[in-house]
Amino acid sequence: MNTLSDAGLHARLAEHAYRIRRFACRMGEVQGQGYVGQALGYADVLAVAYCHAMSFRPDDPEWEGRDRFLLSHGHYAIAFYAALIEAGVIAEDELETYGSDDSRLPMSGMASYTPGMEISGGSLGQGLPIAVGMALGLRLKGNPAFVYNSMSDGELDEGSTWEAAMGAAHHGLGNLICLVDINNQQADGPSTKVMGFEPLADKWAAFGWFVQRVDGNDMAAVIAAFDAARALKEDKPRVILFDTLMGKGVPFLEAREKNHFIRVDPHEWQQAIDILDQSQGAAR
Amino acid sequence: MSTATAKKPRLTTSAMIASIAGEGQRITAAPFGKALVALAEQRPEIVGLTADLSKYTDLHLFGQAFPERFFQMGMAEQLLMAAAGGMAKEGFMPFATTYAVFGTRRAFDFVHQVIAEENLNVKMCCALPGLTTGYGPSHQAAEDLALMRAIPGMTVVDPCDALDIEQAVPAIAEHKGPVYMRLLRGNVPLVLDEYDYKFELGKARMLRGGRDVLLISSGLMTMRSLEVATALEADQVDVAVLHVPTIKPLDTATILAEASRSGRLVVVAENHTKVGGLGEAVATALLTAGITPQFRQIALPDAFLDAGALPTLHDRYGISTEAMAKTLKTWLA
Ligand SMILES: Cc1ncc(C[n+]2csc(CCOP(=O)(O)OP(=O)(O)O)c2C)c(N)n1
Ligand SMILES: [Mg+2]
Repeated sequence: MNTLSDAGLHARLAEHAYRIRRFACRMGEVQGQGYVGQALGYADVLAVAYCHAMSFRPDDPEWEGRDRFLLSHGHYAIAFYAALIEAGVIAEDELETYGSDDSRLPMSGMASYTPGMEISGGSLGQGLPIAVGMALGLRLKGNPAFVYNSMSDGELDEGSTWEAAMGAAHHGLGNLICLVDINNQQADGPSTKVMGFEPLADKWAAFGWFVQRVDGNDMAAVIAAFDAARALKEDKPRVILFDTLMGKGVPFLEAREKNHFIRVDPHEWQQAIDILDQSQGAAR
Repeated sequence: MSTATAKKPRLTTSAMIASIAGEGQRITAAPFGKALVALAEQRPEIVGLTADLSKYTDLHLFGQAFPERFFQMGMAEQLLMAAAGGMAKEGFMPFATTYAVFGTRRAFDFVHQVIAEENLNVKMCCALPGLTTGYGPSHQAAEDLALMRAIPGMTVVDPCDALDIEQAVPAIAEHKGPVYMRLLRGNVPLVLDEYDYKFELGKARMLRGGRDVLLISSGLMTMRSLEVATALEADQVDVAVLHVPTIKPLDTATILAEASRSGRLVVVAENHTKVGGLGEAVATALLTAGITPQFRQIALPDAFLDAGALPTLHDRYGISTEAMAKTLKTWLA
């Protein structure tokens, strides 16, 4: 049963998710391109991570006590920058530089460019093994922070992911939380057609992980999954499998032919923003 | 909420799907995919494998034409290369495609041990070679030639344009053994048809003569070299261009013959780090033969390259036509 405070929390996080979607569309408009289908689909997860679950200091992105967030799927940078803006780590007007020469916001996420970007992702399948090392390091230092590895479903194809999955369980990394965006999309088509990875929850469980699979666009479910992952008392790594819808929140993009690089015409960015504004206005 | 600032035109970071063709340039669409389909009609042993990048390497054309001979390996480059090796052991001729960074860096040990060490008949055709994307080091294969050259028995090919690719496909199939070929995909410039040119594996080819400078180049830098040669005519600088599409084995005979003609500045131009590519290969060949012309390299720096728009980056690192022409003039002054 939803309490009143639950309802307040959902409404607050839905507002954050709306703003993340809006920032992403504005960056897409700046470049005339971008992985905006992924950003819209993953915005709810990012909102809960950055506006509910994680500890960090916006003005001190290297604070030793911060929870680490690894953007393994570097091409989701547009989504992640939007979350960093919403979290106050990056100034809003900086989005005007997205993808431009000498910007701090390159199209693929890189640690040396952007405050709050922990790793250079993009060579897919590297985040989870790095997260294992950081989680081991934090534990050795006695630092109670969590490591969140954020990855795409395409990265489930890489052997390195499963090497790390086994390693994390072997080392009992209870401070490691893996977030997987299952948007059923890869470069060559639907993920399940490119390389079948189901039954996914069973696989992670067999590897020794605490597994939750939820609708990544259901705010209540996303919040509950993060809370449960953080609260678990066992020394087990935790994975949350988020089924998401590419283009979520902008019906004409939700309906567009599914593609790794979704086509958006120049005039459609503003249309997308208008639709987001209208539906959020109605929700308030 | 949206700012009312006037929109200034800006250079956008080239997407991974971008073509390197300049505006107004003659092009051929998907020359690799088309050539492979044509060849596979004749050679039933050809199979195609990719790691979630068939659409981005033009291998999808092969997949459409021969669905039963096309194998999607998922985004798993180590599996891609090792499985290609396995199919070669069973008598097939796999063409394996991915991006150059992943085919070389991610899968290196699998290429080295599974494919090369047994001299298996695998043709690795890898897109986004050198600096052909603005996505930063994760996608920029600045060192792919160095890595592949270092493997014993590996044949390494860096084609210039659509014609080169079209003719290289049957030629690398004819060669028995592993081949690494750099791939240009999508709308690929067509240049060499104006030069009475034919691709021959292992052979360098003079495209134009010239008294002042000998430009030795491979890949898309041959296209740039030809443009530079034309541009410098106005300055009464006479530039010869020697195209070296096969990096290994190197056509040292032709290179030595051309470089030993006295009085010319010898410049090697490559879309690759100056470490371990064509420049160093040519320098070694020259010194070993006791030929010591004035020698210079136009190549990417030994550094992690920036992200940004491709034209900006080509200017910044000296491999655009304009930057090359400027550099050559300083050297000649
Ligand atoms: C190791 C590696 N191999 C290949 C690529 C090229 N690539 C970039 S995104 C992508 C699709 C991967 O699937 P996913 O991240 O789920 O795609 P999306 O949901 O964004 O469409 C591929 C193959 C890469 N970046 N890294
Ligand atoms: Mg996906």
